[in-house]
Amino acid sequence: MSDGLTLNKITSQKGISVAEAARRIADLGWTPSYVQEAMTFPTDYKLSKSPRDPMKQVLRSYFPMQEEKDNRVYGALDAALRGDMFRNVEPRWIEWMKLFLAIIPFPEISAARSMSMLGRLAPGEELRTGFTMQMVDEFRHSTIQMNLKKWYMENYIDPSGFDITEAAFGRCYATTIGRQFAEGFLTGDAVTAANVYLQVVAETAFTNTLFVAMPSEAARNGDYALPTVFLSVQSDESRHIGNGHSLLMSVINDPDNHLLLERDLRYAFWQNHAIVDAAIGTIIEYGTANRDKHKESYAELWHRWIYEDYYRTYMLPLEKYGIKIHHDDIAAAWDRMVKKNYVHKIAQFFAVGWPVNFWRIEAQTDKDFEWFEHKYPGWYAEFGDFWRWYGKKSEPGETNMLFDQDNGYVYPHRCWSCLCPCVIREDFCCDEVDGEIYTYCSELCRWTHKVAFASEYEGRPTPAMGRFSGRRNWEEVYHNWDLAEAVKDLGFVRSDGRTLMPQPHLRFDDRRMWTLDHLGKHTIQSPMVLLREMSPADREKHIADYRAGFKIQPFPGH
Amino acid sequence: MSEAQAPLEAARSAAAGAAQFAGSDSRRYNYFEPKGRKATHYEDMTVDVQPDPSRYLLQDWIISFADGTPTYSQTWTKALSSDWHAFRAIDQEWERTHYQRQSTIVGMIAGAVENGRRAGVWKRFDQAWIKVLQNHLGAFKHAEFGLGTSTMHAQRYGYTQMINSAILTNSSYKLRFAQDLTLYLSELALDIPTLDLDAGKQHWLESPIWQPARRAVETIGGATDFLEQYFAVNAVFEPLVAELFRSGFVMQVAAAQNDFLTPTVVAAAEGDYQRNLANAVELFQLLAHDPQHGEHNQALLGGWLEQHGALAIAAAKSLQPIWSLPHVKTAQFNDALDNAIERTRTIASQIGLAASASLAA
Ligand SMILES: [Fe+2]
Ligand SMILES: [Fe+2]
Repeated sequence: MSDGLTLNKITSQKGISVAEAARRIADLGWTPSYVQEAMTFPTDYKLSKSPRDPMKQVLRSYFPMQEEKDNRVYGALDAALRGDMFRNVEPRWIEWMKLFLAIIPFPEISAARSMSMLGRLAPGEELRTGFTMQMVDEFRHSTIQMNLKKWYMENYIDPSGFDITEAAFGRCYATTIGRQFAEGFLTGDAVTAANVYLQVVAETAFTNTLFVAMPSEAARNGDYALPTVFLSVQSDESRHIGNGHSLLMSVINDPDNHLLLERDLRYAFWQNHAIVDAAIGTIIEYGTANRDKHKESYAELWHRWIYEDYYRTYMLPLEKYGIKIHHDDIAAAWDRMVKKNYVHKIAQFFAVGWPVNFWRIEAQTDKDFEWFEHKYPGWYAEFGDFWRWYGKKSEPGETNMLFDQDNGYVYPHRCWSCLCPCVIREDFCCDEVDGEIYTYCSELCRWTHKVAFASEYEGRPTPAMGRFSGRRNWEEVYHNWDLAEAVKDLGFVRSDGRTLMPQPHLRFDDRRMWTLDHLGKHTIQSPMVLLREMSPADREKHIADYRAGFKIQPFPGH
Repeated sequence: MSEAQAPLEAARSAAAGAAQFAGSDSRRYNYFEPKGRKATHYEDMTVDVQPDPSRYLLQDWIISFADGTPTYSQTWTKALSSDWHAFRAIDQEWERTHYQRQSTIVGMIAGAVENGRRAGVWKRFDQAWIKVLQNHLGAFKHAEFGLGTSTMHAQRYGYTQMINSAILTNSSYKLRFAQDLTLYLSELALDIPTLDLDAGKQHWLESPIWQPARRAVETIGGATDFLEQYFAVNAVFEPLVAELFRSGFVMQVAAAQNDFLTPTVVAAAEGDYQRNLANAVELFQLLAHDPQHGEHNQALLGGWLEQHGALAIAAAKSLQPIWSLPHVKTAQFNDALDNAIERTRTIASQIGLAASASLAA
């Protein structure tokens, strides 16, 4: 049918404009006079200006649009099965989806909860529909990801690890970072959490790496399902970014909020970087079997999305409103990515900890080495032998690298703020908060715990700010436990009661798979607990030694 | 790797069944107890997505509010449960079914209104009826909106994903319906230029007929206990006021005023409510029959029924004059109110609550 003559045009009648519809809908709200709305979400921000909704969002066009997106996603999953996707998919990749998809549904649904807070705190009702859509979007994201995970479980060669996914999420030594990310969206100061940490930083800056870089890499590994789901998820983000920016603009309007905004932008940027780059950087660089030298590395993607798109075009313009932007933080994060090998060192941590996770991590091999050296010159000298050792130690009965004296790897401290390991040794630091010693991966993480998450900030009371709590140090939970006992306690044992769920290789064969017996007698210890037990002099020496780093022993024959 | 080991290498395909080894047939989520014999898709999508330290959250919640309250806390309602995880939504809603349903409703309403307008059905509407739609359906949309914002607020606080998702979809339905009514009236005004679109809000804010209803809705919005909000919306305000107005008035009366269109728009909300109600009754009857806390919860819910019931009854009675406005009177207010009270009593007894004094009417 030609453009000029559609059924719709012949029969359509005059309707109300979108602007008029949005205006009428915003007028549904009123200021209560009998009973005030319960203000159950604390914030130290002042909100007096109503955020605007430049997108003029209306629910009746939203639901059909989303249903249509869903139809495409579910249609594509069916098509992937008909096309026998799993015959050619790279297991190295799908294994990491056990981790990624264990984590991500909870941050998503947490974002839905955050909209509760923004819906109530934001003055006026113009942005209410935007928050409502975001709430339902996040419900969509969370369940569509649970669905994808179930689909992998049903169709991939090794379902073990997908089958205990939400239980594993609560227990694994690596998933705490995902909970820090998610709880950061909805606990403590409501504006800090839901607007700055979630919308202004996580969604505006980091969803590109999460939801655009991941799909590209998935496709390179023969996985056509994840791109369909996650590009569909990402298509909702522009609305969320818009909501976040509108609210930010109404908050920034009051100079009283500037100090808090400066604090929160610093905290949120640094912590998003520490967490998202650790997890997604590792999955994209180490969870792929594709070593095409023409593709962008994670560092290159980061430069484009975080540095150029976000920092230069979103963050910098905030200066004109009087917000101090900490340029050094962005530079420091970039240095961590390219000069200090953040992602590569995190990948080592994931790998050596394989017995206490719930997916398979295989060794990197010569083909991988070549790509890494090409993209990150100097990589081989620092990491090549590590992966050769890892390959050797992947045979059942070998001593796990954590406990093995041959290879020289030293298990890292854990950062009390971002919960990632303190892998950049020279940046490791400690401080005392309320009489207790804590460890941090970086100065900014120290600042986050001690200065930002406190009851006052630069002399200004901040009674609504959250606190770090819980048993944040995973190693402390299993301090002095026998490794095999810990694995059993974690539940990371397969249905036969003895074979480990995680494996340091991709051999789908009982004869090559590790069992509890192969783990031997080893004791888990928390470096932080040990540090606290030291005398001040020993502690100082330990810190100096730690900062000096370790050297992987040369791999015999190389 | 040596040649001798090569045959041990797994099959090249990464598809299910390509190799047999420990765990290779473990193809179900195995960390929760399904309600039925086999987990439903809804359960797979929902259960345990919001973690709990008493289940798998090994390290506990890791951020707290300044007063020490963790990210999720059982203290956010006075209701007590020996197992917050037992609840499953009756409508089994997850994202796909939610969008399918919402989208179908939106399409159904859009189609009906478009066809109705094309056929000029509004020309046959009784003049007095047009005023009723303008003033009272116009006022009522704000009540729906208030229930939507209250449930939107409440969905932050539930102790499990199942509870919060049920409240979230409830909110989505209410807010959609408030917008349905708003846009429906705006579209009618395109054809009926005398229809004053601001009159509804004015009535909501000022007309004595609507003030008790506004008080009841604001009281729900002012509650700090999220289950009190969820209960007051579904077990009290909906049957006593909202359904009374929708079914006991609009659906009964419209046709006699030559209006076959408005009932189509309003009927969608009755369908929504059936689902929201089923979910709510399921949750509250679980609480009322809790082996450890049943008595405590019955007293608590009974108190909410009493408090919100009194406000809702007052709101309902205050709407009485609306029944005499249409030219052709086909419904009696007293019959409608009796039905609403009876309906509310039935809901209360399904939950397991004794009859409330406020419902003695
Ligand atoms: Fe999302
Ligand atoms: Fe850190």
